[in-house]
Amino acid sequence: MSEPMHECKYNPGFMRDTLIPQVGIITDIRTETPDVKTFRVNAPGGGKLFEHMPGQCAMVCAPGVGEAMFSITSSPTNKEYQEFSIKRCGQLTEHLHSLQPGDEIMVRGPYGNNFPVETELKGQNLLFIAGGIALAPLRSVINYVLDNRDNYGSIDILYGSRSADDLVQRKEIEEVWSKVPGVNIYLTIDREQAGWDGHVGFVPNYLKEIGFTTDKTAILCGPPIMIKFCLQALQEMGFSKEQVYTTLELRMKCGVGKCGRCNIGTKYVCKDGPVFRFDQVDELPNEY
Amino acid sequence: MLKIKTADLPALYERIAQSQDLFLPVRSAGQTDFALWQKDAQVDLDTLKTVKSPKDVFFPQSETLYSCHREDGKLSVTPEELCDKPFVVFGMKACDVQGIAVLDKVFLSEPVDSYYAARRTHGTIVALACGRPETSCFCTVFGIDPAAPEGDVVTWMVDQWLYWDAKTDKGFALTDFLHDLFEPADESTVEQVKTAIRAIVKKLPYADLSLEGWGAQAADTRFDSPIWEQLYKPCLACGTCTFVCPTCQCYDIKDYDTGSGVQRYRCWDSCMYSDFTMMAHGNNRTSQMQRFRQRFMHKLAYFPANNDGVFSCVGCGRCVDKCPSHLNIVKVIKAFGKED
Amino acid sequence: MQELITRAKALLESGEVQRVLGWKQGEHIYDPEPAFFDSAEALKDFVYNGFCGANLSKYMIEAAKLEGKTLVFLKPCDSYSFVQLMKEHRVDREKAHIIGVGCKGKLSVNKIDADGILDIQGAGYPDCADTLTVDTLYGQTTVSYKDAMLERCHVCKGKEHMVCDEQIGESADTADSDRFAQVAAIEAMSPEEKFAFFQSELSKCIRCNACRNVCPACSCRKCVFDSTKFDSTQKANTTSFEEKMFHIIRAFHVAGRCTDCGECSRVCPQGIPLHLFNRKFIKDINSLYGEYQAGVDAQAKAPLTSFTQEDAEPSIVAEGGLTHA
Repeated sequence: MSEPMHECKYNPGFMRDTLIPQVGIITDIRTETPDVKTFRVNAPGGGKLFEHMPGQCAMVCAPGVGEAMFSITSSPTNKEYQEFSIKRCGQLTEHLHSLQPGDEIMVRGPYGNNFPVETELKGQNLLFIAGGIALAPLRSVINYVLDNRDNYGSIDILYGSRSADDLVQRKEIEEVWSKVPGVNIYLTIDREQAGWDGHVGFVPNYLKEIGFTTDKTAILCGPPIMIKFCLQALQEMGFSKEQVYTTLELRMKCGVGKCGRCNIGTKYVCKDGPVFRFDQVDELPNEY
Repeated sequence: MLKIKTADLPALYERIAQSQDLFLPVRSAGQTDFALWQKDAQVDLDTLKTVKSPKDVFFPQSETLYSCHREDGKLSVTPEELCDKPFVVFGMKACDVQGIAVLDKVFLSEPVDSYYAARRTHGTIVALACGRPETSCFCTVFGIDPAAPEGDVVTWMVDQWLYWDAKTDKGFALTDFLHDLFEPADESTVEQVKTAIRAIVKKLPYADLSLEGWGAQAADTRFDSPIWEQLYKPCLACGTCTFVCPTCQCYDIKDYDTGSGVQRYRCWDSCMYSDFTMMAHGNNRTSQMQRFRQRFMHKLAYFPANNDGVFSCVGCGRCVDKCPSHLNIVKVIKAFGKED
Repeated sequence: MQELITRAKALLESGEVQRVLGWKQGEHIYDPEPAFFDSAEALKDFVYNGFCGANLSKYMIEAAKLEGKTLVFLKPCDSYSFVQLMKEHRVDREKAHIIGVGCKGKLSVNKIDADGILDIQGAGYPDCADTLTVDTLYGQTTVSYKDAMLERCHVCKGKEHMVCDEQIGESADTADSDRFAQVAAIEAMSPEEKFAFFQSELSKCIRCNACRNVCPACSCRKCVFDSTKFDSTQKANTTSFEEKMFHIIRAFHVAGRCTDCGECSRVCPQGIPLHLFNRKFIKDINSLYGEYQAGVDAQAKAPLTSFTQEDAEPSIVAEGGLTHA
């Protein structure tokens, strides 16, 4: 129904629009895999560009090349910088991979919701399941949880990729995460490889082999096909959809639910997501 | 209620233009669209519907957001100046004013779009009641009254007079500024005109269009309907419907290399275009059926679900008039009506 | 019209064709839409009247990818587009059953100067009237059939179908003006006048891409203007230069292939006479290389894609716009 049009009295104290980025300096670049690099970003005067929560994203922009949404892979508990793990797969990411420490980029954010680390997830046993580059969004949660270890129960991390060379953050996994009490790490790669004595096989199969108990909340990120079979496996184990979180990824331009392209059903992934529980995903039209 | 002879309107335009920008329907190369008034402009208040809706006065087809320069490896960002001068939009119809109310829900909700908000803050809307509603009009279906539009000022054309009724502070301020051009008027004349317009509107072919089944609940019930597969086929995947629409607000953000820096601008985009949802690793809407469905589901289901039942269609009928394949939202609404 | 439906039903029922591509009854007489009909039952909504201007040839590109044959109704001028698409290997002649349908000139509701049009009498086929009777919300009015015709019908290419398997219905040659008169008038303008003319027309462009998407000659799977690697503003009328560039590049790209079907001008929401660009090329091609009509013969060599020793020297071509004024 039509409703009366109110006079727009929005006061022009707007200052910076959310669409306007800040300049960020790349202070470190780590080569994780042949096609993934992790970029450390600081504000020009040092420190972080902004505060965020685990799971939130930011728009990274190279002027004249493009702009795209990336999850912030560093934990908010890190007070010095933010990190983005970026896979080379298009024009913008190609350009970002050519940059050097000291180069400047533009960043705006943070955007979207976050994993409910201070509410639903608090006090829970957590099961993280990731495939390939999708460890990036989970890493911010894992480090947040590890830095607030007393607030959570057991922690299981199942992570797989195509090959041992494609495992991102391997150093951190082996040198930091695996040493924290009550944390179990399960790594797997798709195919046998010289020098790898760990598990070989797809993530969903390994998940079934391990067979977790359902006293956990699962956080699942990875390629669509992996998500599909992992969710099936979890359900076979007795997990309900309310116990499993994931993130969605769609094309985004504005980051604030206005430009329209990440609209799916009544949700905007940039604003209402990227974090969804599977029962919430089920309510969306099958268009993601 | 005030009035001014239509023959004296050029003086009114000139007076407004002395201190602010004035946008109004101007005929150029055979078509009428809202444009900036200039002395030699061919003002056209007779054409009911401009080709484009006047939304571009508040949300231009393209606008620079900021400029970016690199000097000695250092980047700097210069935001574009926001609109800071008052302006007037004259001659907006009831449907187009409601179109702005729909855009408000998008751009003025948190986080506020400052570019749009600045224009809304500085713009005064002078609405004009519809004289001769057209076959493709169906604004009443959305509860809009073409005889009594919303706006800062509402006007009616009656014979050789324009009746003028200020409604808001902005409207009163504009009226004060123009006061010596007006003379007092009798409300009853306008009431008669309103009655006449409402009588015509009842006879419009789409006056009884039923929105039953649409709204929030359609988000769940109509997405998977086989009807979409039958409806979309003639769609050419052009953006005509989107670009003439008063409520379509999807946009793209792109770079323009000026040679001495980069201008980041935004421009209208269309969910009908195949690259709209294209990502480096794929596209979540690969068929034109999906894109076609998205446009109508957004207007008739998703938007009302998120905005207290307000539809993102105002029944202006521009898409009805302009679709190269004669597809349109009326046919979509009716196709589902038949099925129920 | 009944004859068309009867024949379509027979072809569907015999299994000769899998589907029918025609026009479907709209809300009014003047808004029929192109449509695929999968069954004899669905044909109840089939319509063919004076408002069926849409050229169905381009839809045959998609139809060629479908299983089985498609029955398509082509008007004489549409058939030129189909032949050109055959020449470009974009449609499959084997998968098309073409009924050459008669045409007595197609109408544009935009050319009927009346508000609130409800119904129009005299726009049927084959029985059309010299004068259309228009019922409107504000009373009845009349307009001559000729005055309501699309621009392209005033320069009708004739009654012949360039390709078809069978023909149903009579056609009329509706040409009543010189095809190149408008082009010649623009050629006669001073450079400043020409610029002003195109500036005023093209500044109306909203970059909706309707002209491109309807054009049978624009059949690239991915248009250069949709490429992320092409540094254009794509869907924004950012600068007046961009507007002109889009239309001029498009005109160059379809030069020698454009059959002058007039769809670009029919669909333009801003009424830009886009056909004039294409017709300028056709006129120049005719004068430089001899008379050539795209879409007549799928085998014939096209002047811009073949070389002969008699071809005009490049310098003459370069001066074409001026010397042939």
